[in-house]
Amino acid sequence: MALQSLDIKQRSATTTATPSVRQTVEVAKLIDVTTCIGCKACQAACMEWNDIRDEIGTCSGVYDNPTDLTENSWTVMRFAEVEEAGKLEWLIRKDGCMHCADPGCLKACPSPGAIIQYSNGIVDFHEENCIGCGYCITGCPFNVPRISKKDGKAYKCTLCSDRVAVGQAPACVKACPTGALHFGAKEDMQDYAASRIIDLKSRGYDQAGLYDPPGVGGTHVMYVLHHADRPGLYSGLPKDPSISPLVSLWKGFAKPLATVAMAAVALGSLFHYVTKGPNEVSKQLEDELEKEDAP
Amino acid sequence: MTNHWVDIKNADLIIVMGGNAAEAHPCGFKWVIEAKKTRKAKLIVVDPRFTRSASVADFYAPLRPGTDIAFLGGVINYLLSNDKIHHEYVKTYTNAAFLIDEGFSFDEGFFSGYSAEKRSYGKDTWKYQLDKDGYAKLDETLQSPHCVFQLMKKHYSRYTPELVSKVTGTPKDQFLTICGMMAETALPTKTMTICYALGWTQHSVGTQNIRTMAMIQLLLGNMGMAGGGINALRGHSNVQGITDMCLYSDNLPGYIAAPTDADADYKTYLEKRTPKALRPGQMNFPQNFPKWHTSLMKAWYGAAATEKNDYAYDWLPKKDGAYDVLAIFDRMHQGKMNGFICQGFNPLAAVSNKKKVGDALAKLKYLVIIDPLVTDTSEFWKDFGEFNQADPARIQTEVFRLPCNLFAEETGSYTNSGRVVQWHWQAAEGPGESKGDTEIVATLFQKLKQMYAKEGGKLPEPILNLTWPYRIPNKPSAEELLMEISGKALADVYDPKDKTKVIVKAGEQLAGFIQLRDDGSTACGNWIYSGCWSQAGNLSARRDNSDPSGLGQTLNWGYAWPANRRILYNRASCDPAGKPWDPQRSVIKWLGDKWGGNDIPDMRPDAKPEEGVMPFIMTQEGVARLFAPALADGPFPEHYEPFETPLDKNPFHPNNAKATSNPVARVFKGDMEVFGKAKDFPYVATTYRLTEHYHYWTKHVAINSVLQPEQFIEIGEELAKEKGIKAGERVKVSSNRGHIKAVAVVTKRIKALDVDGKKVHTVGIPLHWGFKGVAKPGYITNTLTPSVGDANVQTPEFKAFLVNIEKA
Repeated sequence: MALQSLDIKQRSATTTATPSVRQTVEVAKLIDVTTCIGCKACQAACMEWNDIRDEIGTCSGVYDNPTDLTENSWTVMRFAEVEEAGKLEWLIRKDGCMHCADPGCLKACPSPGAIIQYSNGIVDFHEENCIGCGYCITGCPFNVPRISKKDGKAYKCTLCSDRVAVGQAPACVKACPTGALHFGAKEDMQDYAASRIIDLKSRGYDQAGLYDPPGVGGTHVMYVLHHADRPGLYSGLPKDPSISPLVSLWKGFAKPLATVAMAAVALGSLFHYVTKGPNEVSKQLEDELEKEDAP
Repeated sequence: MTNHWVDIKNADLIIVMGGNAAEAHPCGFKWVIEAKKTRKAKLIVVDPRFTRSASVADFYAPLRPGTDIAFLGGVINYLLSNDKIHHEYVKTYTNAAFLIDEGFSFDEGFFSGYSAEKRSYGKDTWKYQLDKDGYAKLDETLQSPHCVFQLMKKHYSRYTPELVSKVTGTPKDQFLTICGMMAETALPTKTMTICYALGWTQHSVGTQNIRTMAMIQLLLGNMGMAGGGINALRGHSNVQGITDMCLYSDNLPGYIAAPTDADADYKTYLEKRTPKALRPGQMNFPQNFPKWHTSLMKAWYGAAATEKNDYAYDWLPKKDGAYDVLAIFDRMHQGKMNGFICQGFNPLAAVSNKKKVGDALAKLKYLVIIDPLVTDTSEFWKDFGEFNQADPARIQTEVFRLPCNLFAEETGSYTNSGRVVQWHWQAAEGPGESKGDTEIVATLFQKLKQMYAKEGGKLPEPILNLTWPYRIPNKPSAEELLMEISGKALADVYDPKDKTKVIVKAGEQLAGFIQLRDDGSTACGNWIYSGCWSQAGNLSARRDNSDPSGLGQTLNWGYAWPANRRILYNRASCDPAGKPWDPQRSVIKWLGDKWGGNDIPDMRPDAKPEEGVMPFIMTQEGVARLFAPALADGPFPEHYEPFETPLDKNPFHPNNAKATSNPVARVFKGDMEVFGKAKDFPYVATTYRLTEHYHYWTKHVAINSVLQPEQFIEIGEELAKEKGIKAGERVKVSSNRGHIKAVAVVTKRIKALDVDGKKVHTVGIPLHWGFKGVAKPGYITNTLTPSVGDANVQTPEFKAFLVNIEKA
């Protein structure tokens, strides 16, 4: 999915050393929840740019629609009505992949090259290498990746790596009408967030702050929150996200095997076989691997 | 807007009331966010619902639908009784000091001159006291009981915080907090802007809702200022352009009042519309009316409009009654219309009381639909089960559907809310057999003209003599049309100060309306647009966003009417001596020999401050009107209940049942009978848009339909509990005109309000659904709404009516 002009920092189930000659600036998307009006232009732009269309669903009694992330909805707005001490707040949060510096999905992924982390910080899924095992979901502390019912592969926000590779901001950022979404060097985003936090504090939001959780090494999608002390108010944004111990366990078990990439793939295929049974996908994968081995 | 979108960033305080800018104008709302970020501006939202706008507000207060005048009248009372007004501004730039006829009165909800039979006012006492020269008399001490200031003070003294809270349901402390925040902008260096939309217009007191806020802005000295003004956020990308070009039967292009049956001849018509100055030395700009009108007639009839035939005055239709949308459908409903051409309009969905509209359409012989989409109206005759019950066998209306292009498939101009005319270029070809609207209408016109030429008719002249100078008669180009609208010289035009000096040669485009003449030497399709396509070319196509002042005054971006002026009444941004009230936000100032600065001055350029030419040049008195006799329902706004009210009386006039609702609003026979009563329909309903959709268009678009697929209504948790309704369940909402069924959204964002000792619940009803499109089929929301309009402009009361709700 991504253009290869991006340098790779890590690759799932791969031990080959990554290129280190070029220095890349770390990027980040800043979501200023406090100036977001929940218009869903970001959702529309995401559908347009990535050419994905979710089903025309139903109303389940809330503004949220689609009501959850899917293989066709890589970002959704989550609306939370919070009332405390008689003051009502409508906290609207754009949800999607956080592009963790220490990505649990990548750590958990057994298929070589299915999950890539670029040196700019973007975590990207390369579906052509995905075996559909769903380990990325277990590995994700934010419950973001979704397996497609159509092709059995995992999908999520790419932070528009294809746009970023050619110097464009992600589609959602470009579409945001109020300027609640910003994109640039992570450092610049942190500086800008600091100015927003000063403004929010002057308006009585004493606990305003930046959400860049250290438990996952920081993220390349960050939030400015009015209540940074209680991220859970924003439709359950985790307070101290970290990678599931299960994934660490799996990593410990798999690491010796992973020295041979093929072995990891075989294991992945085995897991896939156990959970989903034989199917076209694994056959296809084998064919591809054979092809790769040929020269 | 008196100001413009970008100017919102210059405000210190932004009020969103009678609108929901974040929801309906998300792109323009960026300037509200900008003001908050860069000026530390505060945002106040007053709305029956805690809206998307409220979600980013510094302060929110609820109010009952249809009680805005009570709220704002209370603000006026607060400002006057706490002396929080901009004194010099009020005294100099408004009619506060003007003396009103001693017979003027207000009693039990009626102003003097009320006729119950006619449901209208005789305005003999709503006028200024005049001196022997015909000028208005003033009391500059503002102490006379007959001066506007004292009359206003007395009128609003009844609007106490207690009564305001009792009527609006807004908690008193919240109301007073907002009063206090607004009052701070009485300082010359602080401004407040107001962003409103259909939440104020769609009431039986719509015009007066807006006027009340205009009075507040005048008292605070915020008109003409950067970051101030009265800002109507128009609900459609080009509805400002449509209005300017005369969508309404009351006007000719450029808000030129159309002739009526009462205007027996040309002389009477002109005299009635060409006012005399009411104060010495004032510009009284409407005195130029004959120039605008003559130039319009020359644009339409060219050489056939001559001085001898009164510039073709007899060929203009003379209005014999009301032709607003409610009146048209009432006439159609009475079976008095044969055909209806429906262009870019979906009345079955968009007009109140869907049943009446559907029944009316069924009485037509033919209906022509010009639209890019398969509208609900175009299939009103088809049965769509519960969403549109119809029996095609019993409907004889023949429907012709003429597919037209969408905006992106055409070249042309748009006029945005800030009056900026902006050219746009065609981006794609229309699909299939679709044609541009202009081509469709021009082709139709050519056919009609041929028929009149061949067969004659009752009055063929207006059709046969119309000028049609376009290169391709069936397809006038957007360029040709905008040039015609902007205007040109038909003969050499001379300098009025030096009759030997030619300022525009025959055939040249005019530089602006100042060059228009009433002697037939100029043609101009719309005087307020004059100059948008000058000898320098198409100024609406300019795209230079340089902003030397930093105020967002991008004078070389597009062309703002009138005269490329970005902030109207900008003379009022300076004190009488010509110095800006706020030097940090200087719009214009007196430069010693002329007016200039960061905008086109709204003033005669060489009018020295000591001449005392006042800033409100469109009034006869040169000042703004706190007392405005032109309105049908009173020179001061007064609170009247919506026609369907949960109360049994108007708390302001408990002893006069006839003053419960607007005493001069027009109600057609048959419509009065279908007003519901609170005992059957105990809940207040209001209709509105969602960000995810655009009117009834985007239900045809997959992406919008993914984002908001299915019809819903919103109720508060308390009402839901009372009724046993859970979020996600289907409910039936009924009014006395019909019912809809939809999914219930149960929310903390709508609260029950304590109104006059009674608990009032609000039901929120988004309007985007119908039976055509790719979204889940739904009911037409306007099945529920009443057909009563504002007393001045007949905008239907979509925003406050009564319903009942039950589980479906």
